[in-house]
Amino acid sequence: MDETTSALPILEVRDLHKSYGKVKAVDGISFAVREGSCFGILGPNGAGKTTAIEVIETIHDPDSGTVLYRGQAVAHSFKENIGIQFQDTSLQEFLTVRETLELFSKLYPRPRPIVEIIAACSLEEFIDRDNRKLSGGQRQRMLLGIALVNDPDLLFLDEPTTGLDPHARRNFWRLVEGIKAQGKTVILTTHYMDEAEYLCDDIIVMDHGRIIESGRPRELLLKHFGEAVIRVPEAAVPAGASFSCPAESADGFVSLNCADTDATLRELVASGIDLRGISVERRNLDDLFLKLTGSGLD
Amino acid sequence: MQKFWAVFVARNLEFFRDRSTLIFNLVFPIVLIFGFAFAFPAGGGTSFKIGVVGSPPAAGAPADLAFLHYKHLQFVPYAEIAVPLDRLAHQQIDMVIDFSKAEYYVNETSSNGYILERMLSPGGSAASGAQAPAVFAKQTVSGAPIRYVDWFIPGIIGINILFGSLSGVGFVIVRYRRNGVLKRFKATPLSAFEFVSAQVLSRFFIVAFVSVVIFMGTDLFLHFRMAGSWALLALVNALAVLCMISIGLVFSSRIKSEEVAGGIMNLITWPMMILSGVFFSLEGTPRAMQIASRIFPITYYIEASRSIMLDGAGFAAVAGDLGILALMTVLFLGAAAALFKWE
Repeated sequence: MDETTSALPILEVRDLHKSYGKVKAVDGISFAVREGSCFGILGPNGAGKTTAIEVIETIHDPDSGTVLYRGQAVAHSFKENIGIQFQDTSLQEFLTVRETLELFSKLYPRPRPIVEIIAACSLEEFIDRDNRKLSGGQRQRMLLGIALVNDPDLLFLDEPTTGLDPHARRNFWRLVEGIKAQGKTVILTTHYMDEAEYLCDDIIVMDHGRIIESGRPRELLLKHFGEAVIRVPEAAVPAGASFSCPAESADGFVSLNCADTDATLRELVASGIDLRGISVERRNLDDLFLKLTGSGLD
Repeated sequence: MQKFWAVFVARNLEFFRDRSTLIFNLVFPIVLIFGFAFAFPAGGGTSFKIGVVGSPPAAGAPADLAFLHYKHLQFVPYAEIAVPLDRLAHQQIDMVIDFSKAEYYVNETSSNGYILERMLSPGGSAASGAQAPAVFAKQTVSGAPIRYVDWFIPGIIGINILFGSLSGVGFVIVRYRRNGVLKRFKATPLSAFEFVSAQVLSRFFIVAFVSVVIFMGTDLFLHFRMAGSWALLALVNALAVLCMISIGLVFSSRIKSEEVAGGIMNLITWPMMILSGVFFSLEGTPRAMQIASRIFPITYYIEASRSIMLDGAGFAAVAGDLGILALMTVLFLGAAAALFKWE
């Protein structure tokens, strides 16, 4: 891949709008997705995440705005290059997992061999089971397999681990990591901040149809919270003490949002503050969303 | 073609593996056929039906014609004598009176005809062999009776086609739309035309298969009358299935709710069953009812099927029915194509 191609975003969204009646589900969002990255779209229920990606997937028509795939406006062939795992999907009944994969495989001009899909998504143990008789985790793996039957360059995963137990979620993350390792681009919507932090290279945070923050997770956390939060019991802080980093008092603790944890700890020692009872915490994306919107993710 | 075939095969597997649906589709019509065959071994029940040609005499006619005013007799007017005589030969009606020639006709093997003749000639008796008064000259026809089940079987197949097509395409597409199957297909390169045509062909195959199984299975025991061409009957059935499927496509083109779909299905199916001559002949029914029956495609299917099976009608005789079925199919398919939405 030459430098010019690699610099071109695989997907670019410009000023996208979509309304349902008076409700602006998507209100002028713009972003670009780097090829080979995992791009996270975060936000609470009703933020517009699913509508946004379904417009991008060409499931719905936008009211206005542009979606570019490799620099070109999306055409009918776009569907041959993308894989989609919807938030809620029903399939034709009375088919086995293998038959379901074969059905979708035959809808594409250049399908990936079924055996590779089975291996990539760990479907071996239930490949000949009726698709109605799968556990939540197995079903999500099968749906991921369906999304991969055409060997897509760009994969959309809409809240793929909602409702799964922690073990199934971790298994699913490993599958997504494997897909990323193949150089594929993943666009992921999720409620789980640990999932976004674990998988996503770039994120946008949506609320009320708009993007309220965007960037790389680590950089956003540094920008809003510093490197870490050091919590010191108020009783240990001398009256009138001042700190080089922003400090807030609440619930009997002074919270220091420090850019350099080591330097701040040295500063506390130098001030003669008793370090027993302190804690060093890393803020997460849930905290970020709380700060940005004043409400938690749900 | 590969995409079409994949969806076609998947839909067929879905139907044939759903045992409860398969059993319902096969068992219910068969039970109905045997039930009617048992309940009505011959003839169409106990009512008396008299075909009349020409106008009855005006007021002041001979007292013998009081017969015309008896209760519980149904007089069915015909333009030409040949039609009711054919019906009489097969005991689908019980007597024919030709007022223009002052003749009446009976089938001497018909018990209902015998009773009617006694009513027309109250002074006579079976033992004496007395005849009707001279105002009517007696004529006789002969022929074996057509059992009610022979008359009824096209109606049963018609009902099977009606429900199999409407629910198998219309209801299924609405369910697919509601639960997201259509949305999932929309996300693939599969076109709406490919999807819909696969559904149509799959349902065509299924309904044809079920109809053949029902017909052949019951024919083994009941030995239906088949006076005409099997090929022509197959053509009539094929057109009827396509027409019903196309109606199913129209009503499922936009609806998302299975409850609404169920209501619309009832709205379509019940009037068709009642007004299309499935259970009883439309001859002699009020004119408004006969006109209303012409709206429904199943009327033309039943007319053509009965003509072929019972009367041995050829292509020319049923060409009108076939033409109307074909026209309706084209209109409904066109409407469905214009209205269809994935979501």
